[in-house]
Amino acid sequence: MGLADVKEKALTGLFWLSALMIVGVLVLIIGYIIVNGISAIDLKFILEPPSRAGKEGGISTTIVGTLYLTVVSLLLSVPVGVASAVYLEEYANPNSRFAYLVNLTAETMAGIPSIIFGLFGFVFFVIFLNMGWSVISGSLTLAIMILPTIMRTSQEAIKAVAPELRENSLALGASKWQTVQRIVLPSAVPGITTGIILSIGRAIGETAALILTAGSSLGMPINLSDPARSMAVHLYVLAMEGISMERAFGTACLLIVLIVILNFLANWSMRRLSRAAG
Amino acid sequence: MGAPAGDRWLHKRQVNEVRNISISTTSNNIDFAGSTSKADSTARKVTREAVIEKLLMISAGISILSIILITVFIFARGIPLVTQVGLSNFLFNLTWNPANKIYGIGAMFIGSLGVTLVALSWAVPLGLAAALFIAEIAPSAVGSLLSRFVELLAGIPSVVYGFFGLIVVVPFIRETFGGNGLSVLAGGIILGIMVIPTIINISRDSIMAVPMDYKVNSLALGATHYQTIFHVIMPAARSGIITAIVLGMGRAIGETMAVVMVTGNAVIVPGSILEPVRTMTSNIVLEMGYASGDHQAALFATGMVLFVFIVILNLLVNMVIKGAKKDGLS
Amino acid sequence: MTSLNKNKVKIKSQDVEVFYNKFQALYEINMDVEENRVTALIGPSGCGKSTFLRTLNRLNELIPGTEVKGQVFLDGQPIYSRDVDVVALRKKVGMVFQKPSVFPMSIYDNVAYGPRIHGIKNKYDLDSIVHNSLQAANLWDEVSDRLHSPAARLSGGQQQRLVIARVLAVNPEVILMDEPASALDPISTSRLEALIAELKESYTIVIVTHNMQQAARVSDYTGFFLNGYLVEFNRTDELFVNPRDKRTEDYITGRFG
Repeated sequence: MGLADVKEKALTGLFWLSALMIVGVLVLIIGYIIVNGISAIDLKFILEPPSRAGKEGGISTTIVGTLYLTVVSLLLSVPVGVASAVYLEEYANPNSRFAYLVNLTAETMAGIPSIIFGLFGFVFFVIFLNMGWSVISGSLTLAIMILPTIMRTSQEAIKAVAPELRENSLALGASKWQTVQRIVLPSAVPGITTGIILSIGRAIGETAALILTAGSSLGMPINLSDPARSMAVHLYVLAMEGISMERAFGTACLLIVLIVILNFLANWSMRRLSRAAG
Repeated sequence: MGAPAGDRWLHKRQVNEVRNISISTTSNNIDFAGSTSKADSTARKVTREAVIEKLLMISAGISILSIILITVFIFARGIPLVTQVGLSNFLFNLTWNPANKIYGIGAMFIGSLGVTLVALSWAVPLGLAAALFIAEIAPSAVGSLLSRFVELLAGIPSVVYGFFGLIVVVPFIRETFGGNGLSVLAGGIILGIMVIPTIINISRDSIMAVPMDYKVNSLALGATHYQTIFHVIMPAARSGIITAIVLGMGRAIGETMAVVMVTGNAVIVPGSILEPVRTMTSNIVLEMGYASGDHQAALFATGMVLFVFIVILNLLVNMVIKGAKKDGLS
Repeated sequence: MTSLNKNKVKIKSQDVEVFYNKFQALYEINMDVEENRVTALIGPSGCGKSTFLRTLNRLNELIPGTEVKGQVFLDGQPIYSRDVDVVALRKKVGMVFQKPSVFPMSIYDNVAYGPRIHGIKNKYDLDSIVHNSLQAANLWDEVSDRLHSPAARLSGGQQQRLVIARVLAVNPEVILMDEPASALDPISTSRLEALIAELKESYTIVIVTHNMQQAARVSDYTGFFLNGYLVEFNRTDELFVNPRDKRTEDYITGRFG
């Protein structure tokens, strides 16, 4: 009995150790970057445009670029993603070939590496449609990348709406679309919000696809046709070309802080969802 | 039963009021069939609903359209080059020398596999252990806290991982093992951290989906908690665990930014894990900026190989899941 | 109760049969539902009574693979015909479900949902409809001071009356009730039964119930369903005292012990 007991205890210890290692890695990465990066961040860093290829000045244009790309890609993909989810969950026959294909492609797209989306965005938007390296090329590419996330979370949220609510609405003489619009979608909002927050995180951190589609100009992007460098791309260039480690740390720190905030928001919105459902 | 007669009369009047208001404000909505004007508005409403349904359907079709466009455009750019070079030459030739028009991605294919294998070699056991820990061992508060940390780990941008690797992992390897630190090992360490969330999430869900009956029966037979975990729960969850590993592999092979920043990017077949290496993804992002003509086409062909590889992995996962369903396992 | 006059026939069911894919759920149902009466449908679970109820407002169409044969007439007009506006039909034939299912919005918005759907936007009109409907459902006094708080905070009994008020607000002529008391406590149930007795002055009510005492208390007519057949349909006082069919008698006595 004694030996078996020791064995069980050791195993338990190993499992706890594995969990601790993961927490340790997370704390190490986030802590290291914040500790080393926080001193680089001040108002000037955020508000001033970069100069001398990023060696001096701040990162304002890349913050604007990131926001611009994120907002435009969400404006493109949220309506399409939610509409797709509504179609799949409320209208389509779940056994139809079309529904099967849409679900399969969304699943496949979720697994495609971002560099592939980048290649596609480059050859299709930048060259074929002649949009050049621009906010719009980058945003369209990002929009396709985050579409599966928006679709899947919206589908889950719509599925979670109690069927009785739909029946009651229809029995009151509401049409299908009225029911979707006034009952189903409002109830699904917390779930859809969670999907949008997750997508924002993906858009903010995306690098490979944007290098190939939005370019890496350091100018301030004003029009949709202007090229733009995102913070993530800026971090890559600063670190790889050894331009300024201090500014690279500052940029990485800002990115991490944004991601941590978004993560909290997503959790909060998810909790709101489970509370509404229960 | 119920209210006295007077009340009832009052009530009836109120009900009639309800009717009057509705009738006066909705005019001709009373008949559900018949008059022409009604039939018109019905027809309009039906058309409106049909138009909305079509619009929604078109939206849903956009994902299918996207994947078709992605496939067509990447293949259209890549296939001519592969035909020109020859598929086996393209895949297995170890020399990549665009200046002399030699396009072989063999070294980079090996590079991608090498980095991925190093990553999986430690991320799979650690991820599985953590998944079991969350699902079976940890108090539920600890488990859900760890799950939240894992979500955060999954949310960190790959370029930040790459930066961390460049600043922390590479110097560490250089000082501990020698060499310049930019290596297969550095890539494997960073990639491993990045695939851990994928492995934990999928295998945890499949472990949690194992029916309670299995555990109860095993424990009732006198098995210890750990015997139950290793002999009952893990086999029952095996398709989910395989799925987790395969998808983690897909994530590792497709990862770009983190790898390009820490592996040194020399186009050689590495002799050890301390030597530098270039992956297929790194090759694309490094050279796309200045490539043109055949060189650019060769990069698209590299993307094409990657794409096919990922799709095959996905199909594999689908087969595993389908097979498991047939066996009544999840 | 013996002086029950024959009223106008509001709903006429003619040889109604319902199929779910291959499974036949109802066989040749013929029934006349009289105006301003309460008609109860009783029978063991799975006998088809709820299915029949749902043929009366074409709600069974929501289940894919459902097929209805025969015809149902509302005020003499067929409801299973191509040019029928299902939306207008459902407006005229309201329905209260087993589980009170309030929409995740305020009490006011729940009641105003139907009128708004049907195009009423004027605030004054909406206010009076909400007021009158809540009053008619005997709920006004309990909620008049918190019309804009979430409906989900009401008790189960209040929620069921809110659902009835929501149905009344679209100004139906017929109200279908599918085991409306099954989720309620005894006090709420008796309030609901009193409300049904009041409502029949203005509406035609068809109620499915598995509680035979309830059917006996609230209804004027009762139909007994078994295995998809309407075994017996008669005045409630007749059916419970003098069942003509042996199976009805067995069912009733079995329950009454």
